[in-house]
Amino acid sequence: MKALLIGESREGKLLESTYELVGFARQLGADSAMFLVGDPGRLPGYAGKLYLADVAQAGEYQPDLHKKLILDAVEKENPDLVVFLHSSYGWDLAPRVAVRLGVGQVSEVIGFKEGGFELGACNGKMRRAVKLQGRVVVTIQAGAFAAAPAEGSPQVEPLKESAVSLVEFAGYQPPEPKDIDLARAEIIVSAGRGVGKKENVEVIAALAKALGGELGASRPVVDAGWVEHSHQVGTTGQTVSPKLYIACGISGAIQHLAGMKKSGFILAINKDREAPIGEIADVLVVADVLQFVPALTAKIAG
Amino acid sequence: MKLLVCVKQVPDLESRFKPDPSGQWYSETDLAFRINEYDDYAVEQAVRLREQLGDAAELTVLSVGPDRVVEVLKKALAMGCDRAVHVQDPAPHLKDPWQIASIIAAYARSQQYDLIFTGFQSQDRGSAQIGPTIAELLGYACTTTLVGFSFADGVVTATRELEGGLKGVVKMKLPALVTCQLGLNVPRYPTLPNIMKAKKKELETVPVANLLQEETRIATESFYAPEKKGGGMVLEGDVTELVNRVYAILKEKTPALRQ
Ligand SMILES: Cc1cc2nc3c(=O)[nH]c(=O)nc-3n(C[C@H](O)[C@H](O)[C@H](O)COP(=O)(O)OP(=O)(O)OC[C@H]3O[C@@H](n4cnc5c(N)ncnc54)[C@H](O)[C@@H]3O)c2cc1C
Repeated sequence: MKALLIGESREGKLLESTYELVGFARQLGADSAMFLVGDPGRLPGYAGKLYLADVAQAGEYQPDLHKKLILDAVEKENPDLVVFLHSSYGWDLAPRVAVRLGVGQVSEVIGFKEGGFELGACNGKMRRAVKLQGRVVVTIQAGAFAAAPAEGSPQVEPLKESAVSLVEFAGYQPPEPKDIDLARAEIIVSAGRGVGKKENVEVIAALAKALGGELGASRPVVDAGWVEHSHQVGTTGQTVSPKLYIACGISGAIQHLAGMKKSGFILAINKDREAPIGEIADVLVVADVLQFVPALTAKIAG
Repeated sequence: MKLLVCVKQVPDLESRFKPDPSGQWYSETDLAFRINEYDDYAVEQAVRLREQLGDAAELTVLSVGPDRVVEVLKKALAMGCDRAVHVQDPAPHLKDPWQIASIIAAYARSQQYDLIFTGFQSQDRGSAQIGPTIAELLGYACTTTLVGFSFADGVVTATRELEGGLKGVVKMKLPALVTCQLGLNVPRYPTLPNIMKAKKKELETVPVANLLQEETRIATESFYAPEKKGGGMVLEGDVTELVNRVYAILKEKTPALRQ
């Protein structure tokens, strides 16, 4: 089994998540080669063949051009698997490559199962297993496979393609400045969609205050404008690891978990006993947040 | 200008899921269905563009699925789409994303749309493949995970969401396809007059066999509940009692309540 690993760089730097691809290939017991559009002056710590296109020419977001370059590498390497991270780079590019190769794609692999791959379904509540036949394009879930250490130096094989891109990348927009640094909080009490409406966020904020902690939130609460984005926990918000994390009416989607699973102690309050947050919570309280949380706050206030 | 928005109907994710007899997907018994959350944002964005362009534009909404998906098509019509296409397929869950995208691309090819909107992913399968696959099949410009969209002088300006709060700005000429992320806009609720008006709008039905030409590439082998990893404690019962137990646990196991 041979895997072509599609590394990532952003704003000139190699993304550390690239080493999760190497970890995936090792766990699978596959031989690997790597493809990267990156800076030839900053190579990954990887002891294998590296198909490298210079980011100065190929750009960081030129999907049509990167697709062509990957097809060149596939032709040279003849891999069984073309492996991307399930990231804004990978999920954007993988389907284009799969169509051009005339092969299927498996998205967001979380593990190995019965000679094939295991995937999540229904927002993490269920699992699906797929078997593989022939060449396949794969994306792996961020954080699902432990990163391999950066070691060795690659044998570089430069790639070059001229292509007219259908999209023009006009640059990055930096994150909005934060008014609060959740990453330093020792106690975070987060509101999820289960709080029901904006006014109820107060109930969660009151518990946070009673505990001397900060208010966090899941994405829908932020998207709805109930809480500022600076309070959002997750892959597109902040990554936190407080000593105590309390998730109120949060289902536990992978993008939320990725931002808080390293917390010391996790308490979840959810009316759904099957909510995936239960998989990582130290304690899951099956209750209505609007009954339980005010009662707990009152008890703390004495 | 011809616009298309693709929508999927999914179950309420707060439901309890069980495998169906085929063992490849969930059983639909006792499930309530609604529009896929990501697609709600796609419909809203497409309707806003339709309003911006006025009668120079026509907006079609399309869904592949059994007869129940007519409900989401009606919702999209009531939100402001002009016409609907129901690709009638009693078993879309047994097809892989490649087949579903090929079906939609086959329909879209005959219609020559200028701009196609889809959700970033579905909430039940979550493959995030449909949009980019359709674009690749049609040879359209494509970008994914939009949290910002505008259209002027024939050019789409899209803001893509990247990781950790960073965004990227992308410009594309038509024809193009975009996939919409949560929070792109604030989807409207259909008003009663618009629900009534929607009843008079065209709903075309196309049997899936007319569009399906591709075989499955990746079949689902099995569908099952995750193994319980154990460890965590589950507390249920009377709220006062729960509060007392949780209070004691917090005091014993965490730095909270220790002053
Ligand atoms: C690329 C990408 C990036 C993302 N980034 C993030 C991110 O950074 N952070 C993030 O949080 N999400 C992120 N998401 C969204 C994520 O997938 C989920 O949609 C989101 O986390 C769900 O938030 P939630 O748990 O609050 O809502 P839901 O999933 O709707 O869950 C609500 C929960 O509340 C429970 N509930 C309802 N009513 C009550 C009640 N009265 N009492 C108790 N419980 C109740 C329900 O049982 C349910 O479990 C991202 C998604 C994508 C695709």
